[in-house]
Amino acid sequence: MMRGTATTGNTGKKRILLISSCGGHWVQMNRIVPAFQNHDLYFSSTDFDYMSLVPEGRFYCVPDGSRNSNPFHIVHLALAVLRMMLQIRPHVVVTTGAAPGFFALFIGKLLRKKTIWIDSIANVNELSMSGRKAAWFADLYITQWPHLAQENGPHYYGSVV
Amino acid sequence: MIFVTVGTQLPFERLIKAVDEWAEKWPEIYIFAQVGDTEYIPQHMTFVRKLTPQEYSQKFNDAQVVVSHAGMGTIISALENGKYLVLVPRLAALGEHRNDHQLGTAEKFAHYQQIRIAKSTTELHDALSNSVHGVMVSGSNCPPASVSLLERLKSFIDEA
Repeated sequence: MMRGTATTGNTGKKRILLISSCGGHWVQMNRIVPAFQNHDLYFSSTDFDYMSLVPEGRFYCVPDGSRNSNPFHIVHLALAVLRMMLQIRPHVVVTTGAAPGFFALFIGKLLRKKTIWIDSIANVNELSMSGRKAAWFADLYITQWPHLAQENGPHYYGSVV
Repeated sequence: MIFVTVGTQLPFERLIKAVDEWAEKWPEIYIFAQVGDTEYIPQHMTFVRKLTPQEYSQKFNDAQVVVSHAGMGTIISALENGKYLVLVPRLAALGEHRNDHQLGTAEKFAHYQQIRIAKSTTELHDALSNSVHGVMVSGSNCPPASVSLLERLKSFIDEA
């Protein structure tokens, strides 16, 4: 028997939350979905229209945010992410950035989830700012450019394209 | 059809203005633009502020040429759909983005035959005029996600 509540039975099937901002972050996130076949996937982003792309109501819309957002807005975003996380109770949280993904990893760590940060391939010359901050909360910390990889992370395993 | 898109996050005055100027000289070409919060109102092309994912796919399908900021969403979509793509990187100096990462992104994808980089209005007009005289791209030539990346994610999930 498996120990505790860490898995959903003997199939090893896990609940995975994939969260990102809309646009390019979302497009990149969709290209890694094949890695998560056979698990229960939940998606979250900042554009309500993406709901139509995800089957069975497994899409959660969260507010966007940026480094320029006011504190009230940041709290609003963090609470939305927390509420979603308590509903889904994911085993693993995966993000390609930016702000919503950062908060998801932060809250994910508080709730003792496993977390993955994949920095956007758009960041060719240096890691994104949210990516640098996410280093603290990512169990698996990934860049998509070999020249940005470092011994203690971010690690490079290839790219989404 | 030429499809112009500024992406989901920021307006792009320089791009929309430049394409509109070109459109005035080429009235026989149908141009459709997604302009976001751009303040400049195009006079010579059809435009909307935002597209649903389905509308975006449709426009992408219908287009012979796509013109956009150097954002990863459009770059990946163009490679997946085998579209000729003209990229205009956003410049921090002009207040178009918070830094110049789009220059780096554009450079990294410039080796694809179907991608042209236009850093100035003149270069953009030239790329558009050239595209009218024959664009020959078809089918997806988007490299798949790296196997090693997918394998690493898989093994991490299994151990989680």
